Amino acid sequence: MSETGRTLVVADKRLVAAGVAAIELRDPDGARLPDWTPGSHIDLVLPDGVVRQYSLCGDRRDAHVYRIAVLREVAGRGGSAQVHDRLVVSDRVGLGGPRNAFRLAPAARYLFVAGGIGITPILPMIDAAERLGAQWQLLYGGRSRASMAFLDDLSRYGDRVVVHPVDEAGLLPLDAHLGEPAPDRKVHVCGPGPLLDAVHARCAGWPAGSLRTERFVAAEVDATNDRAFDVELASSGRTVPVGPGIPVVDALRAAGVSVLTSCRRGLCGTCEVDVLDGVPDHRDSLLDDEERRSGRSMFVCVSRSRTPRLVLDL
Amino acid sequence: MTSTTTDATASIPPPAPEPGGDVPVLDVDPFSPEVLLDPLPMQHELRETGPLAYLSRYGVYAMGRYADVHAALTNWQGFISSAGVGVSDFRREPPWRPPSLLLEADPPHHDAPRAVLTSILSARALRRLRDRWLEDAREVVAAALARGGDLDGVADLAEVFPLRVFPDAVGLGPDGREHLIPYGSFAFNAFGPRNDLLTSAERDIGPTIAWIGEQCRRENLAPGGFGAQIWAASDRGDITPEQAPLVVRSLLTAGVDTTVNGLAACLHAFATHPDQYARLRAEPALARVAFDEAVRWESPVQTFFRTAEVDIDVSGFRVPADRKILMFLGSANRDPRRWQASDAFDLGRDPSGHVGFGMGLHQCAGQHVARLEAEALFTALAERVERVELVGEPTRKPNNTLRTWQQLPIRLVPTG
Repeated sequence: MSETGRTLVVADKRLVAAGVAAIELRDPDGARLPDWTPGSHIDLVLPDGVVRQYSLCGDRRDAHVYRIAVLREVAGRGGSAQVHDRLVVSDRVGLGGPRNAFRLAPAARYLFVAGGIGITPILPMIDAAERLGAQWQLLYGGRSRASMAFLDDLSRYGDRVVVHPVDEAGLLPLDAHLGEPAPDRKVHVCGPGPLLDAVHARCAGWPAGSLRTERFVAAEVDATNDRAFDVELASSGRTVPVGPGIPVVDALRAAGVSVLTSCRRGLCGTCEVDVLDGVPDHRDSLLDDEERRSGRSMFVCVSRSRTPRLVLDL
Repeated sequence: MTSTTTDATASIPPPAPEPGGDVPVLDVDPFSPEVLLDPLPMQHELRETGPLAYLSRYGVYAMGRYADVHAALTNWQGFISSAGVGVSDFRREPPWRPPSLLLEADPPHHDAPRAVLTSILSARALRRLRDRWLEDAREVVAAALARGGDLDGVADLAEVFPLRVFPDAVGLGPDGREHLIPYGSFAFNAFGPRNDLLTSAERDIGPTIAWIGEQCRRENLAPGGFGAQIWAASDRGDITPEQAPLVVRSLLTAGVDTTVNGLAACLHAFATHPDQYARLRAEPALARVAFDEAVRWESPVQTFFRTAEVDIDVSGFRVPADRKILMFLGSANRDPRRWQASDAFDLGRDPSGHVGFGMGLHQCAGQHVARLEAEALFTALAERVERVELVGEPTRKPNNTLRTWQQLPIRLVPTG
């Protein structure tokens, strides 16, 4: 299984703010993890099959560690509580992605706005902006100072980081910071819905692409872990069983059906196959949300099935 | 200007005359005409020498085993590209053109251009071209059959087909397309040392470089094509207007000559392995496997350099920081440690994982374009052609990076 990098092991877990756990994930065999870019998130498949999405907030230059930070959601559906209460070091979790729906767009000047746990995708963006030599400022809001993660890490940036705990300072001064759009300036915002709504309202009419936001959307269906299922080949009607933990492409090859692959990590897109029936369980880094929902194709190096049977155009 | 350059490069030490530690030294010249015409013996020697060697003629390190080449290609943090992926170190000598935003860049500079280009050239985005390209391929094969007699597999098939479909897909105008192959050839020669190949190619390249530059401008790219889509990404702010023409330039540099040589390699393999061509005829769905196997077997792109960001261990040997390292993709693709009967062209093999398109962050952004072109051409070939026969001695065209055929004298024997 670890050949495809789809299983990770919890290497470290610590509380970094009130209700926020930072977790480090590694490959069980110490292999490199798939590359990622600032703004990326992964699907974390918890031991009982629950799937949650978390932004990567560590250092992409360390290819062997993913860091995520998980807020305990009081009104959540149990995923974050499971991470906080039950997940321990050396537990194994499943991986989907990484995928990026919140890319850092090139600019000479950046404004980053983070609300609460929305700081997570912004951290690697700040690192990138530094390396790009861009000017940047971060407006970071939270309920209270104690609830705001990574304040220590951010303190080295001095007055480029405006820390704004709502209990001390009131609502975020969005109007003053957002200012006016400019061709060489981009605004990236991540946080809870009301913050994004306020930013969108304030920036209505701005030129395309000058405002970039990420809204956390929960995965719609929980994953199937690595259960066995059958793949039916449309051209011949043959059925190929796929065992637990066996990549579809390997099961196909063992049955004499060759599908070309290259990266075997769901990154390059070589092994895409059309799905004619059944519902794929996507684990790749390529499809966007709409394409994933449509379920019309899948990458057989990493993705699996939510249904007992998948009919592939092979 | 001069003093700025001096200041910027002052901290970079000159190449060490000898390697540190116990890295074996090889006196071979991988860019000599003899080796370029037949690189396999030198690659064998390199692999058997060890995981890492020092090429004394150029003061660079070299690796030829699959595991080490694969590891180096994927380790973008340790083996950087922004100092150039040829023998020249951009931190010491100015490049011959503004560096590529893709091939010659590291994260985070690399991120936005790469995301835009891979999205435009993704397998799913190319699907709309599939039927049209198969029709085009059928016409190309029909025209070759209609001519009858002896053909040049390079000029009459491997060049004609990409030159028919790719420039249209990019959105280039009708004039000047003859510059595309010389430009690609030149750019790939320029990754090597300043030998006769490079200096003679340099003499007439001026107008070609100027033409390529013109084609990258927005007004010269037809709506709907890859080029226009790159400019549309700059309208969305996903890349800047300054980046857009350079991303188009990457398409024009790496999108034609490489594919031509991959197709020619596959044709040559079919002509010299009639049993394998018969397998394709029996099972046309093998067209994709056949092309990737040909890319593994022949490795149209033979080599790329990287530069060590820090001291890096390669299977127990040390590459010192700031040194150039030459990765032999062609050698990795023939490494018997990774491939059974590695010298055999075999459609029964799974060529997945070959490094002919590179691997990792910089893996060929146009690989799906090349595969789609190959699938179209070889599907059309298998429909109409019973056998591909070699009717003369094929000749090579040496290039510092590419493994190329100059001429491939063949005859197409039509089906029943």
